[in-house]
Amino acid sequence: MGEPAPASDPYLRVDDLRVRFDTADGTVRAVDGVSFAVERGRTLAVVGESGSGKSVTSLAILGLHDPRRTTVTGGISVGGRQLVGLPEEDVRRLRGRDVAMIFQDPLSALHPYYTVGRQIAEAYRVHHPRAGRREARRRAVDMLGRVGIPQPARRYDQYPHEFSGGMRQRAMIAMALVNDPALLIADEPTTALDVTVQAQILDLLADLQAEFRSAIILITHDLGVVGQVADEVLVMYAGRAVEHGSAEQVLRRPRHPYTWGLLSSVPSLHGDADADLVPIPGNPPSLIDLPPGCAFHPRCRYADRTGGRSHAEVPALAPAGEPGHLAACHLPADERARLHAEGVGRTGAAR
Amino acid sequence: MARFLVKRLLSATLTLFAVSVLSFLMFFALPRDPVSGMCPKNCNPERLERVRQELGLRDPLVTQYAGYMKGIVTGRDLGSAQGGRCDAPCLGWSYVTNEAVSDTIARVLPVTLSIVIPAAVLWLLLGVGLGMVSALRRGTWLDRLAIGFSLTGASLQLYFVGAVLLLVFVYHLRLLPVPSYTPLLDNPLKWASGLVLAWVSLAFLFSAIYARLSRAQMLETLSEDFVRTARAKGLTKPRVYGRHALRAAITPVVTIAGLDVGGALGGTVITETTFGIQGLGRTAVDAVRAGDLPTIMATVLIAAVFVVLANVVVDLLYAAIDPRVRLR
Repeated sequence: MGEPAPASDPYLRVDDLRVRFDTADGTVRAVDGVSFAVERGRTLAVVGESGSGKSVTSLAILGLHDPRRTTVTGGISVGGRQLVGLPEEDVRRLRGRDVAMIFQDPLSALHPYYTVGRQIAEAYRVHHPRAGRREARRRAVDMLGRVGIPQPARRYDQYPHEFSGGMRQRAMIAMALVNDPALLIADEPTTALDVTVQAQILDLLADLQAEFRSAIILITHDLGVVGQVADEVLVMYAGRAVEHGSAEQVLRRPRHPYTWGLLSSVPSLHGDADADLVPIPGNPPSLIDLPPGCAFHPRCRYADRTGGRSHAEVPALAPAGEPGHLAACHLPADERARLHAEGVGRTGAAR
Repeated sequence: MARFLVKRLLSATLTLFAVSVLSFLMFFALPRDPVSGMCPKNCNPERLERVRQELGLRDPLVTQYAGYMKGIVTGRDLGSAQGGRCDAPCLGWSYVTNEAVSDTIARVLPVTLSIVIPAAVLWLLLGVGLGMVSALRRGTWLDRLAIGFSLTGASLQLYFVGAVLLLVFVYHLRLLPVPSYTPLLDNPLKWASGLVLAWVSLAFLFSAIYARLSRAQMLETLSEDFVRTARAKGLTKPRVYGRHALRAAITPVVTIAGLDVGGALGGTVITETTFGIQGLGRTAVDAVRAGDLPTIMATVLIAAVFVVLANVVVDLLYAAIDPRVRLR
């Protein structure tokens, strides 16, 4: 979506981000050296199974982790400001104003005891201390209207439980956008919604992005959604980036066996519903006790072809052929290209 | 809202009706003869029979019940032996105390109210405050201190705490007068100084439960998605905790508080006994000892009224806190 952004400094730059939680069972390496950047007007999709570190990454950008249990290192630069190590009060001022977030389940993410409008107005007033009650209300009603909620003035005074799922997510989006944030993080924004409503919400996000020119990070496990809206895709596995490139590159010419697995486990609307569905065997690894080498190797069909390197050595993100396309795999790039071409021929998996 | 209130009040009335029937049946239909209990000696059979007639004990049970209820609503004539005209709410005549039961109640009820209401305010503030602080400072020494405090409160008995307080503040330091009841309007200072130890010991014991409950509730609420949303909006911590988390965490506390306050208003027997104050609780116990049926019946009814009323108040508070309740 959107035109290619002018070559400028990206609004968000994440460098070698590492997030560790100390738990009774050991240290959880939830994010282990992830780097990416997003420019204004562009959408980056972060894809992976649950536990791959995608949500933790987004919470780290907002500085929402419990500082007593969490260690965040690396760099998070938002609009030129370095967030890691910034005092909590300074990060708080950025939250909701420069960086806003939409959550997966709008029913649980909205406070059940306050009216929807009041929650939106509150988000506005906290960053506009001089705005009066009436101005905040006007602004909230305006936002409700802009996200496509009919009769916004009446809806303002209703509670979340009086909204339908889709309307709730619209209200959530209105709340996130009420301060014109430059960066919007949407964490599985459509997962809890009906398929038809999903499409509406994605369209809405695209329209609003065109209007506000915000950068969007879309966190999802749904590759169908990625194809619709993303400019760039980052595939995460066990807290690390395994593939990174344009949406076209990652979806059409994926160069990591895990991405192949993700793509072939998405049902196709065109082919036979079962024939082309190939789940990835096994489960994501424990983040406390990662497998040595490539964390994906126990589930990878091709791990034996690397002469033991996959079992011993963590693969680095390396150019995968085209400019800007990176993948972290020990298999030689040409062999991966060949395997993928064969795979597409066999299962029709890639779309 | 009005419909909600009417519905709740209606069901409250029904509950009270059921309680009154049951307690009436229990006390007046027991095999024990109430009259010989009231007049243990110096009573010849003729006198006993006359008392039975005066009390209406020879009437059918339904008539007796109707008479009792009529007395509560409109007042009734009890006959010369029982003080004659008994104004509403008439709860009968006690041969043990030789006064109308409603007069006894009117004397002791303010005492219990004066003990329970300030104590409840104190224990709620203390309990919820401690619970909040320890939830927000989980794992710190402050949290451990609060947990220790509440564990102590939960394990001690009121008569022990009360005795220690009496010993220290009244008999040793002489900071406070011997506990007694002075009507609030007569002398607010004497009222407070005479009851403060009762408040403190009740609050100490009760706040323990509230501290634990509100701590657990707060911790649960802090992990809710809407609290994360509140933080993601950039709200300040006091606002996130005070407005968003506390309001959601407080609901179960309101329920327990309603039951506790309602129950305590029915009589704080141990507190009243420990501090030698004659409230509803001690009156009830005395009445049971003396077999003073009209007084027992009255205290049971009043206790029931408080519990039922407390439940209505809890329902109303619930509706005020949680907008989803109003629909039901």
